[in-house]
Amino acid sequence: MKIHEFQAKEILRKAGVAVPRSIVARSPEEAFAAFKELGGPLAVVKAQIHAGGRGKGTIKEHPQQHGVQLVKSAEEAKKVAANLLGGHLITIQTGATGQKVNQVLVEEGCDIGRELYLGIVVDRAAAGPVLMVSSEGGMNIEEVAEKTPELIFKEAFYPDLGLMPYQARKLANLLGLKGASIRSAEKFMQALCRVFVKSDCSLAEINPLVVTKAGDLIALDAKMTFDDNAMFRHKDLEELRDLSEEEPTEERAGKAGLSYVKLDGNIGCLVNGAGLAMSTMDLIKLHGGEPANFLDVGGGANVDQVTEAFRILLDDKNTKAVLVNIFGGIMRCTTIASAVLEAYEKVGFNVPLVVRLEGTEVEQARKMLAESKLNIISAEGLTDAAKKVVASISA
Amino acid sequence: MSILINKNTRVICQGITGKVGQFHTKGCKDYGTQMVGGVTPGKAGETVEGVPVFDTVAEAVKQTGADATMIFVPPAFTADAILEAIDAGIPTVIAITEGVPVLDMVRVYDLLKRSNSRLIGPNCPGVITPEECKIGIMPGYIHKKGPVGVMSRSGTLTYEAVWQLTSLGLGQSTCVGLGGDPIVGTSFIDLLKLYEADPATEAIMMMGEIGGTAEEEAAAYVKQHVTKPVAAFIAGRAAPPGKRMGHAGAIISGGKGTAKEKVAALEAAGIEVAESPADMGTALQRAIARKRRA
Repeated sequence: MKIHEFQAKEILRKAGVAVPRSIVARSPEEAFAAFKELGGPLAVVKAQIHAGGRGKGTIKEHPQQHGVQLVKSAEEAKKVAANLLGGHLITIQTGATGQKVNQVLVEEGCDIGRELYLGIVVDRAAAGPVLMVSSEGGMNIEEVAEKTPELIFKEAFYPDLGLMPYQARKLANLLGLKGASIRSAEKFMQALCRVFVKSDCSLAEINPLVVTKAGDLIALDAKMTFDDNAMFRHKDLEELRDLSEEEPTEERAGKAGLSYVKLDGNIGCLVNGAGLAMSTMDLIKLHGGEPANFLDVGGGANVDQVTEAFRILLDDKNTKAVLVNIFGGIMRCTTIASAVLEAYEKVGFNVPLVVRLEGTEVEQARKMLAESKLNIISAEGLTDAAKKVVASISA
Repeated sequence: MSILINKNTRVICQGITGKVGQFHTKGCKDYGTQMVGGVTPGKAGETVEGVPVFDTVAEAVKQTGADATMIFVPPAFTADAILEAIDAGIPTVIAITEGVPVLDMVRVYDLLKRSNSRLIGPNCPGVITPEECKIGIMPGYIHKKGPVGVMSRSGTLTYEAVWQLTSLGLGQSTCVGLGGDPIVGTSFIDLLKLYEADPATEAIMMMGEIGGTAEEEAAAYVKQHVTKPVAAFIAGRAAPPGKRMGHAGAIISGGKGTAKEKVAALEAAGIEVAESPADMGTALQRAIARKRRA
């Protein structure tokens, strides 16, 4: 689960991580008041959306307006906020429609000495959380990793021990920090690692992490993503969820306990298991088709959930055919067959449906579908299924 | 012979009184697995599917001599269940549960590595030695006893591969689902060691997927240490970049983790890579034929 910058900064502030003073504004008037309240000679107005690349992104309705802008008066803050609020910010991560801006963060300016990068992820190879830092702050870190991996330094840490002070000092040293900045880095990094563990993050990223001319470290931007599997023990974080930021279909699928990713093609896929779902997409592509989505119904889905999955596929106007590929383990094929029948009755299939079933209770399921006399194209094996669904569109 | 489990393996189920635990205890028992007990705290004395229920794993081991466990408890309690099994000294711990918080697994992993237990999973279909012992949720009938060791990060994709092998007349020694989570108890390399040492295994089939570097590491190991023919498939060639893989996950591996790179690493190690998921069984046939010629 992703949250906004202002929400992440609030969590960091409470955890003792240094962040600039800032105020959230939901109207131009609030932005005006926020500038006055901060009281400085300048401030930064930042559009709050989940996608990255906001600084370079532009507002669809006001193409001259970037997502992050320096302002020097309350009037200017008000004007920029008026451009941003209600507009759609287009960044490299949003696609052409952009993401609607519902709030802006008005933040005090800061005296930038150096810009660093700091991120924490759970690393498969280290089998634990790893803190990464780089001298190349403010840059696209993936590019740094590719071109100059020697400029990224890493320290793995135990969740319940946290980052040890020596590890922070080691990283500070590699980053070339001196004097009081070393102590500041130690405090900053340790606090961030604590928050990562306490909130069950899957990602925490500070880019840029600023070293002020006075030598203090401060988080100029903040990105946090939480482990969806751990949300059951973080009811307080659940409240930070912003539904307006989520792809409506993906949100709907999430509510039904389905794993769904929207894609650009026209063949709707309903599969059990992430690996088989990915392979089914691969297969469709291999046979000249384009998948409309990734949809894993999981192992424990019931008839209602699978019926909802069919509704989601059929509501997508791009869907020209549907391929069901189930290899039942926990999932019983009869559950899928019941859902197919129910979807036929309640939703109606207006596109060809190709069904390939194998595994637990497959014989009963095949019989159910055959006896229904519905217009279902049954397939034997993967290649047959892919060929039939691709042919059903071109026919 | 086989790896991990065989007809003598004595199995308990943690979470046996739950709907799913009960359903699959029956499934395993019907397959011929020696299901000797189950554990659900507070339900000692009950019987499920004809096997006795105990309050603790330690008690179950003491009473039944179990040497393997199958875990079906809910995600919030899975770390506890795994650690309880390790504490009771069970050598083979198989966690089926999906949705375990990743930091829970980080904590479990450290203790696991200091124990003598082996963990398979979590978020996996389990392990099966065909016609001897099934511990997990896979449909038993698709399997057939034979010479191929099968391992995968994905459950249903494993079934698909096994079904293709069986249809081609290629039976399996032992099939293992490693689990789809970022941190799992057993790696491809751990199993490659076991398959290489197992006289009943003559060829190895592995299914990987995009993300991480487990497949690249396995490829390097095969090149160095494995004499048996190996075939592989990588799921996710059609997946758009950035959609499935976590943003920072790609950084830490230095841009590694795409299907293209994985396929290249596998091929460089002399592994036969299936281009289509429908071609996994035939890829293994090609791997065997190639090894014979060499």
